[in-house]
Amino acid sequence: MSPEIGHFALWLAAGAALLQGIAPSIGLWRHDEGLVALARPAAVAQGLFTLVAFLVLMHAFYVSDFSVALVVENSHTMKPTMYRLTGVWANHEGSLLLWVLVMAFSGALVALAPSALGERFRARVLSVQGIVALGFFAFLLFASNPFARVWPAPTEGQGLNPLLQDPGLTFHPPLLYAGYVGLSVTFAYAVAGMLENVIGPRWAREARIPLAIAWAFLTLGITLGSWWAYYELGWGGWWFWDPVENASLMPWLAATALLHSIVVVMKRDALRAWTLLLSVAGFSLAMMGTFIVRSGVITSVHAFAVDPLRGVFLMVLMALYIGGALAIYAYAAGRVTEGKQFALVSRESTLVANNLLVTAMLGVVLIGTLYPMALEAMGGAQISVGPPYFNRVLVPMMLVMAVLMGIAPWIGWRRSATGHLSARLLPAGIAALAAVSIALWVLGVRGLGWILGFGASAWLAAASISILMKRGLTPGIIGMALAHLGVAVSILGATASGALQQEALVNMRVGDAIVLGPWRAELQDVRPVAGPNWTAIEAKIDVTRHGRPLAQLRPQTRTFIAPPMETTESARAGWRTGEVYMVLGKPDGEGRWQVHMWIKPLVRLIWWGGLLMAFGGVLALGDRVRLKRRAGQAAHRAAPALQGA
Amino acid sequence: MRGSRLVWLAPLLLFAGVIILMAKNIGNSPEAIVRSHMVGKPVPEFAFAGSAGLPGLQTADLRSGQPVLVNLFASWCVPCAIEAPQLEELRRKGAPLVGLAIRDSNENITAFVGKHGNPFSRIGLDTNGVSMLALGASGVPETYVVDGRGVIRFQHIGEIRPEHVPVLLRELEKAR
Amino acid sequence: MIAAAKPKRQRLVLALVAAAVLLLAGVVAVFALQDTAAYFKSPGDIAASPPAPGETIRLGGLVKPGTVGRSADGLVLHFTVTDTEADTEVSYRGIVPDLFKEGQGVIATGSFDSSGRFQATQLLAKHDENYVPPEVAKSLEKRGHPVGQS
Repeated sequence: MSPEIGHFALWLAAGAALLQGIAPSIGLWRHDEGLVALARPAAVAQGLFTLVAFLVLMHAFYVSDFSVALVVENSHTMKPTMYRLTGVWANHEGSLLLWVLVMAFSGALVALAPSALGERFRARVLSVQGIVALGFFAFLLFASNPFARVWPAPTEGQGLNPLLQDPGLTFHPPLLYAGYVGLSVTFAYAVAGMLENVIGPRWAREARIPLAIAWAFLTLGITLGSWWAYYELGWGGWWFWDPVENASLMPWLAATALLHSIVVVMKRDALRAWTLLLSVAGFSLAMMGTFIVRSGVITSVHAFAVDPLRGVFLMVLMALYIGGALAIYAYAAGRVTEGKQFALVSRESTLVANNLLVTAMLGVVLIGTLYPMALEAMGGAQISVGPPYFNRVLVPMMLVMAVLMGIAPWIGWRRSATGHLSARLLPAGIAALAAVSIALWVLGVRGLGWILGFGASAWLAAASISILMKRGLTPGIIGMALAHLGVAVSILGATASGALQQEALVNMRVGDAIVLGPWRAELQDVRPVAGPNWTAIEAKIDVTRHGRPLAQLRPQTRTFIAPPMETTESARAGWRTGEVYMVLGKPDGEGRWQVHMWIKPLVRLIWWGGLLMAFGGVLALGDRVRLKRRAGQAAHRAAPALQGA
Repeated sequence: MRGSRLVWLAPLLLFAGVIILMAKNIGNSPEAIVRSHMVGKPVPEFAFAGSAGLPGLQTADLRSGQPVLVNLFASWCVPCAIEAPQLEELRRKGAPLVGLAIRDSNENITAFVGKHGNPFSRIGLDTNGVSMLALGASGVPETYVVDGRGVIRFQHIGEIRPEHVPVLLRELEKAR
Repeated sequence: MIAAAKPKRQRLVLALVAAAVLLLAGVVAVFALQDTAAYFKSPGDIAASPPAPGETIRLGGLVKPGTVGRSADGLVLHFTVTDTEADTEVSYRGIVPDLFKEGQGVIATGSFDSSGRFQATQLLAKHDENYVPPEVAKSLEKRGHPVGQS
C-alpha cells in the first residue's frame, strides 16, 4: 500500500476541516440552512479521512516501509511488533497525527451524538472545532509531514531506541492526548456558547460530559506518566516538577477547577463568566503544554531538534486560537455575567473556594514553569526552578484543599445551616486524630508536613467513605465520593512513601547483606547477562522480611548496542501496596558493588488513587440516575444536605 | 459599563504578554544557549591522527588560505548518518570538508564512512573529544566554517538538513 | 440564614476576594522563588563571586581528567569540575550516573558546605546526542544525562 494514500487522506481530512470550519459559520451568518447542515457530514468525513491517514502510517510502521522517512528514523525490523505499531506516535510528526486523529474523532462524536441545545448551536461548536483542527492540519502538512518519503529507501531503520520500547511510555501519549483534545471540545462549547449566547444550565449540563471524560483521560495519562517515571528513571521519585510534567499538570488543574465550577452553572446558573474563562484556559494550557515541548521556548533539555520555523508556526497558531477566544471572551462575557446570588455558607461558595484554591495552585505551577524562561528572555541569569519551590508552596495548599474537600460535600445548595455539620464530620475528625496519633507515637514520624499529610488523608478518606454510607445515593454522588477518596488515597501513598521511607546506600561484596529493620537484602551473585540488543551486569539480591523470603531482585547496569546507551535497570518487589526498590551501581575494583536500596511503604497507593479518581470522575456524570426508589418524600427531606454532585 | 469592559480584556492582555515572552525566547532558542563562544576566535591548537585511510587533521591545515567546513561527527551519532547526503551535496558543490571524529575508533569510523559516504579530505580522530571543548561544541553533529586564517566564522548546531546547505555555502563565501 | 447580597454587589465581593487570594498566592510564590531557584554557575563564575554556603546552585563544566577518586568506604565520589578558566572540587554520595567520565560534561546540583567543599546531591552527566525526542530526553536527563545545555 502506498503511503501516498495516507498523505492524500490527510489532505482530504484537512479539506473537510476547512469545510467544517467555514461553511457553518457562513451559513449561520447568512441564514443559509444548507451550509449549516454541512457541519455534521464534514465532521464525520474529517474523522474518517484522518483515521485512514493514521492507519496507513501505522501500516507503514508495521511492514517497516523504509521509503517513509519517519519509519526510517524511528523504526527497525528487529523491533517487537507492538512497538513497531506504537512507534507511530513516539516521535514529533506521528504524535501530531495522533493529536489530530483524536481531535477529528471527537468532532465526529459531537456530530453524531444527540444535542439538547439545538442544531444551530451544534453547528457552531463544530465550526469552532473545524477551525482549530485546520491549524493543526496545516502544521502537519506544511511543517511536519509524517508521510515524507526517502529515495532510495534504506534497507534498515535507525530507530531501535530501547528507552522508547516500554509499555508505560507507549500508552502515556494517547491517554494524554485524549485528555487534551477532550478539553478542545469544551473549548469549542465555550466559544460557541458565547457566540450563540446560550450559556446557562442546559449548556453546562451538556458541556460537562466531554469535560469529565477528558479530565478522566488526563488523570490516567498523568498517573501513568508518574508511574513510568518511577520505575524507569531509577531514582525512586514519582514526580519531578519538570516543565514536561508541569505541561500536563496545568491543564489538569484547570480542568479540575472547571469540573467544579461548571456544576455551579448547572445547578445555580452562577459563575458563568468564570467558567467560560476556565474553558478557554484549559485547552489553551493543553496547547501550550504540548508545544512548549516541541518548540524550545522553555529553555530546558526537552526540545526536539528545533526547527525555528516549527516553533514560530506553533506560536502563531496558539496566538490565533487563544487570542481569538480571549477576544471573543472580552466581547461576549459582559453579556453572560448576570447569575444568581448565593449565601456565604453554601455548596456554591465551597465550590468557589475550591476554584480559588485550584486556580491558585495552577498559578503557582505556571509561575514556576515560566519564570526561568521569563528571566532568560529579559537577559537575566539561567536558573532552574525545581521541587523545593513547588513542594514548599503547593503542599500546604494541597493540605488545605483536602480538609475543605472533606467538608464541602456535606454542605447543601442554598443552605447555610452548620448545626449538623459537626456531627456529620465526627468520623472524619476521629479518623484524622487517630492517624496523627499513630503517626506521631506509633510510627515515630517527625516533620509537620508528614504528620499533617497523614491527618489530612485520613480526614478526607473518612469523610468520603461516610458519604458512601448515606441513603439516597446516585452514581453522581458515588462518583464524587470515590474521586475524593482517590485523592485521599494518593495523598496517603505520597505521605507514607516519603515519611516512612527507609534507605541504604552501601558498598557490598557477594555474601554481604543490607539490614533495614525487618528487611534483609543479601547479595548472592553479580554476573554478566545478555539480551536481544543489550549486555548487562546483573546482581542477584535475595530480599526477606522478618526472615520470610519476599523476592529475588535483579537490578542491572545495562549497555544497549544500537544505539549505544548505558542505562540503570532498577529492580522492584511489591509488599502490601509498598515496594522494595533496588539500584545497582559501579564496582570499586576490589570486589565490592554499590547498591542503593529503598523501602517505600504504600507507594503504590499514589497510582491506585489516580485510577480511583478517574473512575469516580466519569461516574459522577450519572447524577440523574437514581439507584433506589426514594422511600417517600419524608425520607428525602430527612437525608440532609446530600444532593447531586 | 466601560470599566467592566476593561476587566474582561485582562485575560487577553495577560496572554499577549506571555506570547511576547515566548516570542523572545524562540529567538533565543537552544541554538543561542549552546552557541560556542569561540565564533570569531582562532581555532585552538590540536593535532589528530587520520582515519579511514585519510590524513589526520591539525590546526595548521585550517590555515590554508581557503575557508573550510569542519564537521564534528561520530559513528554512534544517529543524526550524523542523516546528514550524510547533505555533506555529500556540499562536497559536490565544491565546499572543502574536513571531519573530526569524536570519541570513536578508527574501525568504526572506517565502517561509518564506508556506509554513508566520505565527503572529507581529512579526518582527525579525536578519541577523547578534546576538540569539542576547544571549539566550544556541546554535542554532535556540529559544523564550523573556518576561514583561510584559521578563525572560526560560523557554527551550525545539529544535523545539516537540505535547507541548511545554501546557508553553509553562503557562509563559506562570506569567509573568503 | 445569612442575607444574600445583591448579585452585582456579590459579584464585586467575589471578584475582590478572588483577586486577594490569587494575589496572596502570587506573592507567596515569588518569595518562594527567590529562596529556592537554583542558579547555573560555572567554576569561573564561582571563582569570581563565591556563593554563600547552603545556597543551592547547579555547577556545570567538565570533569577534569585525573581528579576522580573515591572515599575509603567507596560511597563518596570526589572529582574536580573545570571550565578551563577555574576549578571547583566536588563531593557526591550516591550511585554515579552511567555516562559520568573524565573529560565529559557534568552538571552537579548542590551547595557549598561550611568548609568550602561543594556537596552535590544530584549529578547529571552530559549525553552527546543532539537530536532526541522529548520523552527520551526527559528520561535521559533523569537518569543523569541531559541533552544539550540547560
